[in-house]
Parts: sequence; C-alpha cells; structure tokens
Amino acid sequence: MAHADGGYYIPHGTRWPIVGSIGLATLTASAANFMNGNGDFWLIMMLGGLAIVLFMMWGWFGTVIRESEQGTYSDQVDVSFRMGMIWFIASEVMFFAAFFGALFYARQFVIPWLGGDGTGLATQQFLWPTFEAAWPTNGPEAIGGEFALIPAFGLPLINTLILLSSGVTVTLAHHALRHENRRALVVWLAATVALGFLFVGLQSWEYVHAYQDLNLKLTSGIYGSTFFMLTGFHGLHVTLGAIMLLVILGRCLRGHFTPQHHFGFEAVAWYWHFVDVVWLGLFVFVYIL
Amino acid sequence: MSTAETTHHDQDDHHDHGPAKGLSRWVFTTNHKDIGTLYLLFSLAMFFVGGAMALVIRAELFQPGLQVVEPDFFNQMTTMHALVMIFGAVMPAFVGLANWLVPMMVGAPDMALPRMNNWSFWILPFAFAMLLSTLFMESGGPAAGWTLYPPLSLQGGDSFAFVIFAIHLMGLSSIMGAINIVATILNMRAPKMNLLRMPLFVWTWLITAFLLIMVMPVLAGAVTMLLTDRYFGTSFFNAAGGGDPVMFQHIFWFFGHPEVYIMILPAFGIVSEIIPTFARKPLFGYVSMVYATASIAFLSFIVWAHHMFTTGMPLGGELFFMYATMVIAVPTGVKVFNWVATMWKGSMTFETPMLFAVGFVILFTIGGFSGLMLAIVPADFQYHDTYFVVAHFHYVLVTGAVFSIMAAAYYWLPKWTGNMYSETLGKWHFWLSVVTVNLLFFPQHFLGLAGMPRRIPDYSVQFAEFNMWSSIGGFAFGLTQLIFLYIVLKASFGKRTEQLPDRVWEGAKGLEWTVATPAPYHTFDEAPDFRDEDVAHGDVAH
Repeated sequence: MAHADGGYYIPHGTRWPIVGSIGLATLTASAANFMNGNGDFWLIMMLGGLAIVLFMMWGWFGTVIRESEQGTYSDQVDVSFRMGMIWFIASEVMFFAAFFGALFYARQFVIPWLGGDGTGLATQQFLWPTFEAAWPTNGPEAIGGEFALIPAFGLPLINTLILLSSGVTVTLAHHALRHENRRALVVWLAATVALGFLFVGLQSWEYVHAYQDLNLKLTSGIYGSTFFMLTGFHGLHVTLGAIMLLVILGRCLRGHFTPQHHFGFEAVAWYWHFVDVVWLGLFVFVYIL
Repeated sequence: MSTAETTHHDQDDHHDHGPAKGLSRWVFTTNHKDIGTLYLLFSLAMFFVGGAMALVIRAELFQPGLQVVEPDFFNQMTTMHALVMIFGAVMPAFVGLANWLVPMMVGAPDMALPRMNNWSFWILPFAFAMLLSTLFMESGGPAAGWTLYPPLSLQGGDSFAFVIFAIHLMGLSSIMGAINIVATILNMRAPKMNLLRMPLFVWTWLITAFLLIMVMPVLAGAVTMLLTDRYFGTSFFNAAGGGDPVMFQHIFWFFGHPEVYIMILPAFGIVSEIIPTFARKPLFGYVSMVYATASIAFLSFIVWAHHMFTTGMPLGGELFFMYATMVIAVPTGVKVFNWVATMWKGSMTFETPMLFAVGFVILFTIGGFSGLMLAIVPADFQYHDTYFVVAHFHYVLVTGAVFSIMAAAYYWLPKWTGNMYSETLGKWHFWLSVVTVNLLFFPQHFLGLAGMPRRIPDYSVQFAEFNMWSSIGGFAFGLTQLIFLYIVLKASFGKRTEQLPDRVWEGAKGLEWTVATPAPYHTFDEAPDFRDEDVAHGDVAH
C-alpha cells in the first residue's frame, strides 16, 4: 500500500483525514447550533461529531502504531514525527500565551486604567468614579457578584506537587524503558497516569467548590474569566495528556517499544512536561500573585 | 521564450502506481502534487467568490447614496470579502504553491507528513462551507469587519458562533500545513541541499511557516475569548467586568501583523525565483535576502499596535510601535534593492511571469511607501480608518500577494500541466490587470486623504468622481481575471500539443526544472545529485 524508496515511507491513500473533517464539521456546526439555543438535538449531534473525531483518532493512530511496530518507519521518518510534535507543542504554547497575555494585560493596564490611572482617566471619571483598582476584581460593575478566592497554598500547591512528581515518574519510566526494565516501566508509567487523573479529579473538585461555596464562576468578571479559561484549558490538556499516557501504558503492556525506538512514548512525555510547565506558570501567575 | 536544453531521460523511475482513479484520488490522496493542485483550485474558486463580494461593494459605491444593497448586507460583504480573500484565496494559494514546489525544490520524494497534508487541505472546504453558509442564515453573515472587534462583533446574530468555529478550523488547517512545511524543509532536503543552497522560495516559506505556527494559535485564543464573551458570560472585552475591548485589538493584531507577512513573504520568494530567470543572472545578494526575510519576520512580532494608534495607548507605546514599524523598511528596502540589482545589466526578456514580477516590485513598493506614511503616528490619526488604508493594503495584497501568485502560476503552469499558456493572452491579462488595478486602487489614496471613511456604504458627494473611477476599475479588473481563469483551465484540461523541455524557461534554475515536464506523479524517490549552478539562484560562491 506504499512505497518506501530511499527509505522514506510515503503512504498512499488515506481515509482518516476526510473522516476527521466530517467529524470536526459536525462537531462545530452542531455546537454552534446548540449554543444558539436551537435545542438539545444539537447536543446529540455534537456528541455524534465528537464520536466521529474520536473514531478518526482511534483509526489514524491505530494505523500509525501498526506501521511503527512493523518497522515501516526509518530514522528519517522518526525525525519528521519529532519535528511535528515539537512544532505542535510550540503552537500550543502560543495558544496559552494568548490567555496569559490577556491576564497580564488586564492586570497591568486595564484595571489600573479603570481605576483612574493614565489614559483611562476619562472612563473612570465619567463611568465608574468610585471604582478602585485592585486584583482580584470582577470589574466596576462587580459582574457575577462577590466571590472568594482559592488560596494558593492549599489544593493548588498539592496539585503542583502532584504534577511535578508525575514529571519525575514519567522520566523514571523513560529510563526503565531505555534499560529494558519493562516491569519498572509499567509501574512508573501507571503511577504517572494515576497522578495525572488524580490532578484532574482534584481540579474538578476545586471547580465544584469554587462554584458552590465561593461563588467564583466563569462569569465572575475578568478574574473569573481568566481563572477558568486558563485553568480550564490547562485541565483539558492534562486530561488529554493523561489519556495519551494511558494509551502508551496499554502499548507498553502489549510489549510495544524498544530501548532504541519509542518515539510514541517520548512524544507523550514531551507533551506531559509541557502541561507541567504551563501549570507552573498558572500556579505562579494565577494562584500566587 | 523557452528553449530545450535537455530532453528528458525518460520518466519511468516508477515501478508503482500513478494516481488513483476518479474522485477518490482527490479525497484520499497523500501526494504533494495532488494536494497542491487541490489547494490552488480551491484558492482560485475563493478568489472569484471573494471577488464577487468586492464587486457588490464597488457597485454600491459607484454613486453616492444607497442604491444596490442594504447597509447591513454591505457590511457583511466587506467582512466576508476580507475573510474569504485572506483565509480562502491568498493563504491557500501559497500553501498550494509550497506543496507543489517545496518537495521538488529540495529534492524530496513528498511532504514529510503526507497524511496530515491531506487533512490540512480537506478541512478547508468544510470551514468555508460553514463560513459562507452564514450569509444564508436569518441573521446574515458577520458584519463587524474581518477584525471582529468587540463590542460590535458581539452584537451580531446567531451566525457568530459559526464564523468563530470556521476560523478555528482554518487555523487548524494552517497550523498543520505549516508544521508539515517546516518538517519537509528541515528534514527532507537532498544531502547536498544545505540551508544556504535552498531556493529563496523555500527559505521564505520556512520563515512563513514559523510565523504561522506562532500566531495562528493566538488568533484561536482571541476568537475563543470572543466566543465565551458572547455565549458563556466571560468579561474579557467588557469593561464593566474589568475587561477591555482594546485588549482584543492587542491580541488580535499580535496575530494580525505577522499574518500580513505570512501573506507577503512567500510572494518575496516567488519574485526572487522569477526575476533571476528572466534577467538571466543569479539573484543579487542571496544571503542578504535570507537575513532580510528573517528580520522582517522578527520585526513582525513587535509592531502590532501600529494598527491601533487611535484607540488609546500611552505615548511611549505609540513611539515604540512607530519606530519599530519604520525599521521594517530597512530589510524590505534590501529586498527591493536586490531585485533591481538582479535586473541591472541582465539579458532581460518580458514573458508574462516576469511582467507580473516586475509589476510586483513596482506596485508593492508603492504599497510599502503608503505603509510608511501610515506608520507615522500623527499622520495616522488622519489616515486611520479611511480609504487611504484600503488603498495601502490593497496595493500590498493585490498588486503584491495576488500578482506574485499569478506570476507563480504562469511561471510553473507549464511544469505542472505540460502545456504552455498563450503568451499573447498572458500579456493581455497582465496589461489589463495592471491598468485596471491602478484605476481601482490609486484614486482611493486621494479619497482617504480627503477623509472618506472605509466600511461605509454611502459617502459625501465630493467623493463621487474618484469612487466612480474606482468602481469602473474594479469591474474591469474583475472581468480581466476571467482571462486568467480561461488560461489556467485551458492549460490544465486542454489537449497537450507539444512536448515541453524539462527546463521550460531558458534561464530557470532549480531542481524542479530537472524533472520531466509535466512533472511525473512521483519525483525524487532517490535524492538527486546536482551541481551548485543548476540549483542556485543565489550567489553560488557565497
């Protein structure tokens, strides 16, 4: 089904991309309809679209894993995959940068200006003369009502320790893989997966707590917006990363990977370190400062 | 015109299959040439869709008063025209060119990640179906301008969510396309093709791809914030909740300014391929071209706020962004100088690609100069949101980006299709285009300087005459493009009458001219060996 002259594997014909496009289009168009309040039918369609996307990922990754295990990929193909992953992570970094940028801009410029500093003077004087700049805030009109914060050195600190430990365990798993110690590999990788899901669980618990007890919501002005969008997208990425680790764990149990060739493992480990680093940024700039 | 240097040593290097048959060839393909063709045809279709929208705008502006369309529909046209032309016509055209040419230019068998390459393209038709479908929705399409500034954009109808998701999908496509191009250039070059032997088109695309990877996610973030502000009650751009509409502009233009270089750097690459061919001289200052491109890319990240001088910014910010913007003139000047120096004392001939390339150098430079005028803060206070801005960016995007795409189409069409276009028709196309496009956009400078605001369907009577000229130019330019359509379709689907040589153009350099014409379905299964002087447009002794 393919030719590999000169060592570079070029697949011929692929059905998964068009399946993915149909899935994404169904997912997004249905989501748009659902968000516009056109009925629960669209929620079902949305889930259908998501199912198609997941089916595509299952099939596409499945094909790649099969080819990889058959030894189809040369070292040069391996480098292409590495570059793909590196630049994908770079694009993810920039996605988070947009939200961090919003947080910094709001804290550094918007709030002081609304409080009467510099060029925002007129806004303050004519619209909200009593507003005093402070952080956290939900703005001059206190959108969402009073709210309380999640203290940094409670659950967030524990979560930090969990993620940092998971970075260590995934590295231990990597070392075990390279030294052909399959048992240690599985143990450390399973520990990483467990820590990952533990983080997601605690984070969900924190969200429930924030909504029920602290009145801290997505709608709590700029603080709530930046807090939930940053931690929310991060949580989503941790969830994805944990699922990816789970897949890698499954592959390890089936005896995939060799001490020399295990890019699938490395890619997921890179991704895991990336979500780890994003969390450190969050811990410092969202929770502590 | 063209001479046969070598005839081809046969193209049977292929034991295995050519293309599959029928529709499945195009839907399931992983072949860089097929995917390049898909991108280019899609772009051509979108060029006419976006062009039709422009003609609605020019029809309404033919005379003062409201005659042709409702103001809200006019606003939908200005918004959609921009989105379709930027994301549907210009960007896919460049990605299509990259798909066709980068693997052939670096001596690679295909793109690095062929399956993902297919996906990069096949997201686009769905994204644009979604975007264009908003025009038929009850609330109409987006009407707040392609920049989607809040709060106005948030006050639109239900179509908003579809627009945002369509932009997400386009971004996804662009990022995957860009990653593929970077991996191809960095990992798939023939052994002798070191970085400073790469054709300039490859260099400019490498840098463009880097820009895409860095800024498309930022656009995704910005529109996601719009989406949550509109549907989920966040306050990113709502001052009452501690947000700021101006913050959107900062995030948007952090994407938006590199984006305009995404639409021009590949054009620089194309022109740097074509001018040496028809001047029959190596490109002057190859290495300085590479560094100039990289400098422009770097500067593009630190000039975004020159789009928003009038929205309120500390004075220090205005000064910084003004000077940083002006600095871009230096590397750009290096490029223009090099193109002119390449032509200096060359044995020049003026086939259609060369005409478009020379037209590019002159007219793009005019657009660059009006850009410098706009960079001056106090002057911008006067020019901001006037037709002067419209004139400026249409000079850089139509006579810049689009002219370069047409130059590329004429230059490589024989290699792609095996058919030489009619030089007579090509020259008609060029001369009619160059006259009408100036009639279309040049008067808009005067309109803007006299104070005519952009994105308004009606205007004061003193602007009537220039607007009438501009509209006449617009319709004439639009009709002229039908010649281009005919030429492309005839070359693509017409019967092959002659066997063209590998090196279609006498002075052409580059590995793509060492394979048969038309290029076989698979090229460079084995890495090619070559002499420097066969590939380099550059100063081969660098």
